[in-house]
Amino acid sequence: MALRLWASSTANALRISTSGRLPSSFTPLSRLFSSSVVDGLKYASSHEWVKPDAAVATIGITDHAQDHLGEVVFVELPECGSSVSQGESFGAVESVKATSDINSPISGEVVEINTKLTETPGLINSSSYEDGWMIKVKPSTPSELESLMSSSEYTKFCEEEDASH
Amino acid sequence: MKGSGIWQFRQTLLRRISQQSAKGSNRSFATEAGALKKTALYDFHVAHGGKMVPFAGWSMPIQYKDSIMESSVNCRTNGSLFDVSHMCGLSLKGKDCIPFLETLVIADLAALKNGTGTLTVFTNEKGGAIDDSVIAKVNDKHLYIVVNAGCRDKDLEHIGKHMELFKGKGGDVDWHIHDERSLLALQGPLAAPVLQFLTKDDLGKLYFGEFTTLDINGAECFLTRTGYTGEDGFEISVPSEHAVDLAKAIIEKSQGKIRLTGLGARDSLRLEAGLCLYGNDMEQHVTPVEAGLNWAIGKRRRAEGGFLGADVILKQLAEGPAVKRVGLVSTGPPPRSHSEILGSTGEKIGEVTSGGFSPFLKKNIAMGYVKTGNHKSGTNVKLLVRGKTHDGVVTKMPFVPAKYYKPTS
Repeated sequence: MALRLWASSTANALRISTSGRLPSSFTPLSRLFSSSVVDGLKYASSHEWVKPDAAVATIGITDHAQDHLGEVVFVELPECGSSVSQGESFGAVESVKATSDINSPISGEVVEINTKLTETPGLINSSSYEDGWMIKVKPSTPSELESLMSSSEYTKFCEEEDASH
Repeated sequence: MKGSGIWQFRQTLLRRISQQSAKGSNRSFATEAGALKKTALYDFHVAHGGKMVPFAGWSMPIQYKDSIMESSVNCRTNGSLFDVSHMCGLSLKGKDCIPFLETLVIADLAALKNGTGTLTVFTNEKGGAIDDSVIAKVNDKHLYIVVNAGCRDKDLEHIGKHMELFKGKGGDVDWHIHDERSLLALQGPLAAPVLQFLTKDDLGKLYFGEFTTLDINGAECFLTRTGYTGEDGFEISVPSEHAVDLAKAIIEKSQGKIRLTGLGARDSLRLEAGLCLYGNDMEQHVTPVEAGLNWAIGKRRRAEGGFLGADVILKQLAEGPAVKRVGLVSTGPPPRSHSEILGSTGEKIGEVTSGGFSPFLKKNIAMGYVKTGNHKSGTNVKLLVRGKTHDGVVTKMPFVPAKYYKPTS
């Protein structure tokens, strides 16, 4: 999940400093990693999760990702039957403040999409690992799972990412 | 996949934007020094959970613990307190300060009553906007101006250059930049009742657009009844050593109902109010006429001109501009700036300059520029978002009705 247009239109007029550096207050203590990570899932560094299964894998974004996005107001999903590729965008999540591309953690064919997200995009906030799932994919290259992180690796990854900014 | 984390990506984006804006001549000294400036309220923001981000060379809160949605709605139901000290307050003084500034802006400053202010635009030779700004006439020899943080350097350079020329011809004008002061914006239905607890002056006599100097919470403040949300409210210029005390007092007197609110919600609120954000909805090449600010061009100024780019602007007033700023409501994903606006047959008729999901109205709202003829309310359009078109309709602004405090006669 790559954050595009982070502060929506504000970003444009931000005329942000060339330092591109967040102030030191942004790190530790106040921002210890506190989002939930679920065991048994695999994670991409762009903050999507995949629930592996031989036949069909379920894909969504992590609690950490939804926490940073804020309230989700619109979800754009691919059509059933389309194909997705590892690391490539398959849809987008819009929050009040930002548009974010969602990348697929694995390659394959989309066999089901979560149509509930059309009416209730906020499921991504309230239940990012369960009711807020986005697509189900028939994997074409099962070995791709090996390149993804385990829950403990992903927790560490998020801690480091938060701490370095 | 490596290195595409949320924060990293955001920083990449921020850096890209800043490099673009740095191409102009207006790099601030702070960004060159690589350090972000902090307002007097910086520690206060951090202590209240402010998520600090770089903004126009300053470290500013984009939001606090409340979500942007909650913050925006609370502003309209209770109230918001914003730190806007990054904006630049400036006093022009001298017996010729009014004729001088009238050479640079479209407002009829001479006709303003003492203690009143107006939104205006600093224009360039081509009639485009250098910045938008609120100017208050303290008296005939004193104007108080607030300009955008992102435009500070170029505005001061522009005003300073013309001021030297003006003085060279014997004009009496000088400036004072209020770096010793902080600026707080207090907005929403509780703004006036809460602020009244902190001053002996009767705020009931200070109407929308008016300016006064008074004691608030023991400090001498400049108070303007104005804002950037469409709600009733104030902008309070307070000596920086009193800024934290004033912020605390406002929150306390409201019993916590007025919430600290960051730049994220400020952007949603001003869009709902149909107000321009300089850099998005107004730029160097956009004239006040195209931006729909004809009302801000004083009657006498239309007759006499005498400001930069007057020939272009007066011609547009007479003949009508080729493009106009409009409001839009749409279905599907919220359009953002640069989303294309298409006509009924699929031809491009314009571009969105600001857009998002309205926290208060719970639907997509946007503003943008369309070719004249497509600008009327009710005109059906298509909005192109990520390669797909979605239905939209040209809509009157403000999207949320303004609640300015005006005399009821």
